[in-house]
Amino acid sequence: MPLLFLASVLLRSINQIKSWIICRALAMNTLSESVMTAFRLIMSADPLLFAIVMRSLAVSACACVLACGAGVMAGAWLAVARFRGRECVLILLNTSLALPSVVVGLVVYLLLSHSGPLGFLGWLFSFKAMVLAQAALVFPIVTALVRQTISDAEAQHGEQLRSLRARTWLRSLLLVWDERFALLTIMIAGFGRAVSEVGAVMVVGGNIEGYTRVMTTAIALETSKGDLPLALALGVILLAVVLVLNLLAAVVRRWRERRDAGLSGLFRSTEAGT
Amino acid sequence: MTQISTARTLFDLHDVGVDFGNVRALHEVSLTIRPGECVALVGANGSGKSTLLRVLHCLLQPTRGKARCVARRHQAMLFQYPYALRMSVLNNVALGLWLRGVRWRDARDQALGALQQVGMASLAARNAKALSGGQRQRLAMARAWALKPAVLLLDEPTASLDPNAKREVEQMMEDFARRGVPQEEQGAAGYTTGDAPAMVFSSHNLGQVKRLAQRVIYLERGRVIVDLPVDDFFYGQLPEAASLFLKGERIS
Repeated sequence: MPLLFLASVLLRSINQIKSWIICRALAMNTLSESVMTAFRLIMSADPLLFAIVMRSLAVSACACVLACGAGVMAGAWLAVARFRGRECVLILLNTSLALPSVVVGLVVYLLLSHSGPLGFLGWLFSFKAMVLAQAALVFPIVTALVRQTISDAEAQHGEQLRSLRARTWLRSLLLVWDERFALLTIMIAGFGRAVSEVGAVMVVGGNIEGYTRVMTTAIALETSKGDLPLALALGVILLAVVLVLNLLAAVVRRWRERRDAGLSGLFRSTEAGT
Repeated sequence: MTQISTARTLFDLHDVGVDFGNVRALHEVSLTIRPGECVALVGANGSGKSTLLRVLHCLLQPTRGKARCVARRHQAMLFQYPYALRMSVLNNVALGLWLRGVRWRDARDQALGALQQVGMASLAARNAKALSGGQRQRLAMARAWALKPAVLLLDEPTASLDPNAKREVEQMMEDFARRGVPQEEQGAAGYTTGDAPAMVFSSHNLGQVKRLAQRVIYLERGRVIVDLPVDDFFYGQLPEAASLFLKGERIS
C-alpha cells in the first residue's frame, strides 16, 4: 500500500514538472517571438511606432525645457536667499518629490477641465496638456536637486562671492554658471523622469491614437490588448532613450573631471617649463 | 553695523561680541585700526581670528557691541582657499571689478594689469579651475590688487601652500603693506584719499608675523588678550596665556 501511494505521488509530481516546463517553453517562445517582432518593427522604421516615439520625445523635451528653466532659477534662488518661511517652502518642495505622477495628472486635469480655473484654455486631452503635466511633475525634482547642488556651492564659496559684493540673485546666477555641468546632469535626469512617466499623460492626454498617444501610454494599452511585440518595441526604444541620456550624463561628467583635473597638471607643468 | 567713510579710522570696534547659537565666538572685542597699519591676528584654532576678520569685512553682523567699519567697497579679502569660478583667470579678476560697477571692457583691461603685478599675465586665458593652490592664491591677490583697496584682509593666506608659493604670497603681502596700490593705478574702484593702505591678516606662522606685521593681536577663546607692537609682543612681557602660546610655536 505505501509503495502504491509513493508511486502515485511521484507520478503526480512528474506531471506537474512537465506541465511547468511546457508553460515556460511557451512563454519563452512568446517572449522571443515578441522581441524578434519588436526589432523588425524598429529596423523597418514602422511609421506608427516612430510617430509615437517622436511625439513622446517632443512632449518630454518641451516639458523639460519649461521645468528646467523655472526649476533652475527657483532652486538656485532658494539655495542662496534667506527669508522667513524658507524652511516651510523646502519641506513642501521635498514633499512634492514623492508626488505620484497620477496625482499630478489629476490636479492638472482638474485645472484644465471645463469647470477648472484654466478650462478656458481648452487644452485638456491635447499635446499642451501633456507638456504641462510633465512639466509640473519634473519641476519639483529639478528645483530640489538644483537647490541642493547650489546650496553646497554656496556653503563653500558664497562668502567669497559676498566679499566681492555679489548680491543674492547675482550670487545664484554665478553659482549656476559655475555648477553648470552638474546642473546638466540634473536636467538629463529630469528628461528621463518625464519621458518614462505614464500616469500624468494618461490622465490629461487621454491616450488618443495619432494625437496624444506617447510611448508609455502606448505600452500600457498594447500590453492590456495583448499586442506584446509593439509594446516591447516601444519598451526597447524607451530603454534605449534613457540609456543614451545616462550615457550622455556620464560623458559630460567624465569630460568635466578630465578638463578640471587633467588640465590642472598640464598647466602646472607648462608653467614650470616657462 | 555702521560704515564710515573717514580715512583716519578704518575700523573702530567697541565691545563687539559674536554668537553662533549657544557658542560665543567673540567676547567684548574693542580695537581700532588706522590707515597704514599692518596688523597680525594670532591665536590657536577656534580663538576667533576668522570671525573677527569677517566682522571687519562686514560679512558677519556682531551680536553685541558697536562696529564701525570702512565700507566694503574699500576693502578686499583673501581667504585660505580662494574661490575661482569656472572661467578664465582674466575674467575671474575682471568679475571682481565688474561687481563693483566697472564696465566689463575696462574691468578686463584693469584685470590684465593686476595679473601682470602678480606675474600671472601669461596664464590670463587659462581656466581658473585648473590652477594650483599657489596660483589660485596669486589669482586672489590679483583680484584684490585690481580692486585697489584701502584695507586688505587675509585669512591664513599661506596656510595651505608649499614653501615656494608661501614665499611668493608673502612677498606680495609685503609689497602691498609697504606700497599699497600705486597712486597712478588708482581707478574707479579705488580708495582715493591718498592714505597708506592697511593690512590685517591672521596666521599661525609666527615667523611670518614677525616679518610682516607692525602690531600683533593675540586672541584666546574669542577674547583679545594682547594688542601690542610687534617687538613688544615678541620681546616684551606678556600675560601667561600669550607667553605659553609663543613658547609652543617655533619662531623661524
